[in-house]
Amino acid sequence: MNPRRSMFLRMLLRSALVRPGRALTALAALAVAATVATAMLNLYTDAGAKLEREFRNYGANLVVIGSEGGELPEDALPRAERALGGRGMAVPFSYAIARTSDGSPVVVAGTDMARVRALNRWWSVTAWPSASGDALMGARAAQLLAPGGQPFDLLFQGRTLRVKPVGTLRTGSAEDSRIYLSMADFQAWTEAGISTIEVRAAGAPAEVEAAAQQLSAALPQAQVRPVRQILEAEAQVLGKTRSTILAAVAVILVTAALCVLATLTASVFDRRKDLAVMKALGASERLTNGFFLAEAAALGTAGAVIGFGLGVGAAAWIGRVNFHAPISPRLDVFPAVLAGSILLAVLSALIPISLLRHVQPAAILKGD
Amino acid sequence: MFIRLVYESFRRQRRRKFLAGAAVALGAAVATAMIAVATDIGDKVNRELRSYGANLVVYPQEDTLDVEAGGINLKPASEGAYLREADLPKIKGIFWRHNVVAFAPMLPLQAEVASAGGTEKVEILGTYFSKELTLGKERFTSSIRELHPWWKVAGAWPADDSGQVLVRTELAARLKLKPGDEFRIAGRAVRVAGLLDPGDSKTEAVVVPLALAQEIAERPGAMRRVLVGALTKPEDAFARRDPAGMSPAERDAWYCSPYANSIAFQLREAIPHSQAEQIRQVAQNEGAVLTRIEGLMLLLTLAALVASALAVSAAMTTAMLQRRREVGLMKALGAGNPAIAAVFLAESAILALAGGGIGLLAGMAMARQIGKSIFGSAIGFDPVLLPLVLGLAVLVTFAGSAAAIRRALRFDPVIVLRGDA
Repeated sequence: MNPRRSMFLRMLLRSALVRPGRALTALAALAVAATVATAMLNLYTDAGAKLEREFRNYGANLVVIGSEGGELPEDALPRAERALGGRGMAVPFSYAIARTSDGSPVVVAGTDMARVRALNRWWSVTAWPSASGDALMGARAAQLLAPGGQPFDLLFQGRTLRVKPVGTLRTGSAEDSRIYLSMADFQAWTEAGISTIEVRAAGAPAEVEAAAQQLSAALPQAQVRPVRQILEAEAQVLGKTRSTILAAVAVILVTAALCVLATLTASVFDRRKDLAVMKALGASERLTNGFFLAEAAALGTAGAVIGFGLGVGAAAWIGRVNFHAPISPRLDVFPAVLAGSILLAVLSALIPISLLRHVQPAAILKGD
Repeated sequence: MFIRLVYESFRRQRRRKFLAGAAVALGAAVATAMIAVATDIGDKVNRELRSYGANLVVYPQEDTLDVEAGGINLKPASEGAYLREADLPKIKGIFWRHNVVAFAPMLPLQAEVASAGGTEKVEILGTYFSKELTLGKERFTSSIRELHPWWKVAGAWPADDSGQVLVRTELAARLKLKPGDEFRIAGRAVRVAGLLDPGDSKTEAVVVPLALAQEIAERPGAMRRVLVGALTKPEDAFARRDPAGMSPAERDAWYCSPYANSIAFQLREAIPHSQAEQIRQVAQNEGAVLTRIEGLMLLLTLAALVASALAVSAAMTTAMLQRRREVGLMKALGAGNPAIAAVFLAESAILALAGGGIGLLAGMAMARQIGKSIFGSAIGFDPVLLPLVLGLAVLVTFAGSAAAIRRALRFDPVIVLRGDA
C-alpha cells in the first residue's frame, strides 16, 4: 500500500481509538439525530396511510345505483368487484316497502350481512343473523313491530314472509327504521334485483376517482356517484393533519441538526492542537483538511447507519403504540438520512477549519 | 464575591453566553410550540371533523317509522309526531352549549312541483338556511349551510324569510329550471335561488325555508327532527354506561363530560317530548380518528422534547468543557468543589431563565403561525405552559451542565492549567 495513504488511514484509526470518549460523544450526537430523522421521516410517509385506514371506517365513499332509479343488472356485484380489483369493498343493498299485518308500511332491505358488517363498523348490532328467516331489526322498527322479539309476518305484493328478529341494529339514522334480511331471503320473497351497491374504494382521492371511473366502465347502465360528505371531509381532515405532522417533523429535524452541528463543531475546535502539531510537522493544508473531513465523513456514515437502525425501531414502536400496526421500515429514507448525516458532519468540520486557517500553529500550541 | 464572579463571567464572555442562551431558547421554543400545538390539536381536528356533518339527531318520542329508501319517502306527511320549532333555541341552553357548533331543523314532506317544463311529485325539505335565533341575551345562527359544508350551490343561497328555494340539479334539468326562474310548489309561487348538488342520493329534491314547508304541510311551528353537530370527546367504556344506574358522583362526571351520549341526554332534557341519539356513522368514527391524531401528536411532542433537551444539554456540556481552565484556576486559588459548582449552576440558571423566556415567546409565535396557516385559527396560549417550559429549561440546563461540571472538577488543576487535559 502507498505509505502515505497508510499513514493517513492510521491517523484516522488512531484518532478514533486513542481518545474513544471524544469520538463516541460525536458519534452519539450524530446517531441520535439520525435516529430522530429516520423515525420522523418513516412516520411522516406512513402516518398518512395509517390515518387513511381509520377514515375507511366511515363507510362507503362511492354509491352505484341504477339509472333513473331502476335496478342494477344481476351480475352487477361480481363486475363491481372485478373493477375494484381488491382495492376496496362492495356491498349490495335491495330495498322494498312491505306492510306489516296491521297494514303500516316498513322498509325492508336485503344485504350481505358479512360484507355490511365489515363496511359499516359503526353499526351497533346485538346479534348478527345467520340462519334463513332471521332478521336484523332497526332499533325503532323493533320497538314498534316486535317489542317482545316474537316472529311476525311481512307482506309484499300479496306474498307473506315470516321473519324472526334475532338482533337489533342502532345507527341513529334511517337504518333504525328498517328491517334487514339476507339477500337470498329477500330475493326469494320479493323477486327484486339489487338496487344499490355501496363501495368503499381505498386510497387517496385520485385513486378513488380512478375506481369510480373503472366502476362506470364496468357497469355502463348504472350511475356511480361519489359520496361527497365522506370524500371531502376525509380530504380536509387528512390534509390538515398531514400539514401539522410535517410542521412538527420539520421543527424536530432542524433542532436535531442544530444540536449535532454545535456538538461536532465544538469537538473539532477542541482539537486545534492536533491540527497545529500536524502543521508544525509540515503537513500541507490539503492534507489536514482532508484528514478532518475524512474523519467527519466516517463519523457521519457510522452515525447514519446506527441511527437508521434505531430509528426504524422507534417508528415501529410508535406505530404499534398509536395505530396498533407496525410502521413498515422504508429503505428509501436511508439515502436521505445518510446524505444529511455526512453533510452535517462535514459542515461542522469545515466551520472550525476555516476559522483556524490563518492562525499560526505556534500560537495554538502555546495555548492562546 | 459570588455575585461578582457570575456578573463578570457574563460581562466578559458575551459570545459564549449568547450561544449557550440561544441553544436554550431554541430548545424552549420548540418545546413550547409542540406542547401548544399538541394540546390544541384535539379541538382543532374536532372542528375539522364537523365537515362530516351532524353527529347527533333529535326526533319526536312518539314517532312512527320512517319509510324512506333511496331518496324516496313514503311516509305520509300527516302521519307521525312533530317537535315544536319554538323549542329549537333551547339547544343553546344545555350544559355543553358551547360545544354545539351547528344545528338545523328538518321538515321533510312531499308536494307537487309544477313549471313550464312539467309537473312532478317530489320530496321537499324545509330547513333554516341561516336563521338568527336568540335565547335570553345570546344570539346565534342555525344553518344547514354550516352543518352540511359539502353541499354545493350554483347561484345564491335563499334567505329564510323569502319565497326562494334550492332545487337539486337533476330535478332542475328535468323541469328546465335555472336560478331566478319561478315555479310552483303545491300551488304556491316560489323562485329558484340556486341549484343544489348535495353529493348524495338521499337529499330531497327541493330545499325550502322552514316557514314555507310548514305552510305547505299545514303544520305551523312544526319540525320533524333536528340535526346537531357538536364537539365531542371520544367514547370510552364510561361514556357507554346508562346514567340511570350511576351513583350521583358518577352521574355528575358523566353529565359534565362532552361525550356524544351525554350531549344527547342533555338535548333530550332540553327539548320536550324528544328523543336524541348519536348518528353513529359520524360520532363513532370521529372518536377513533381523534384518538389516533392526538396520540400521534403526543408522540411527536415527546420526540421534540427529547431532541430539544439533547440540544440544550449538549450545548451546555460543550460550554462547560471549554471552561476547564477557569475551574482549574479557581481550584488552584483554593475554592472548594461546592463553591465552584454553585457559581456555574447559578450561571446556568440565569441562562435557562433568560433563554427559556425568549424561547417561550418565540414558541408561542411559532404555534400561532402553525395554527393560522394550517387550521385558519390561532392556537390559544395555555398559561400553564409558562412555569412548565421555564421549569423544564432550568432542569435540562442543570442536567446538561451538572455532568460537565463534575467532569471538570475531577481534573487535576495543574494538568488543566498546563493545557494538557
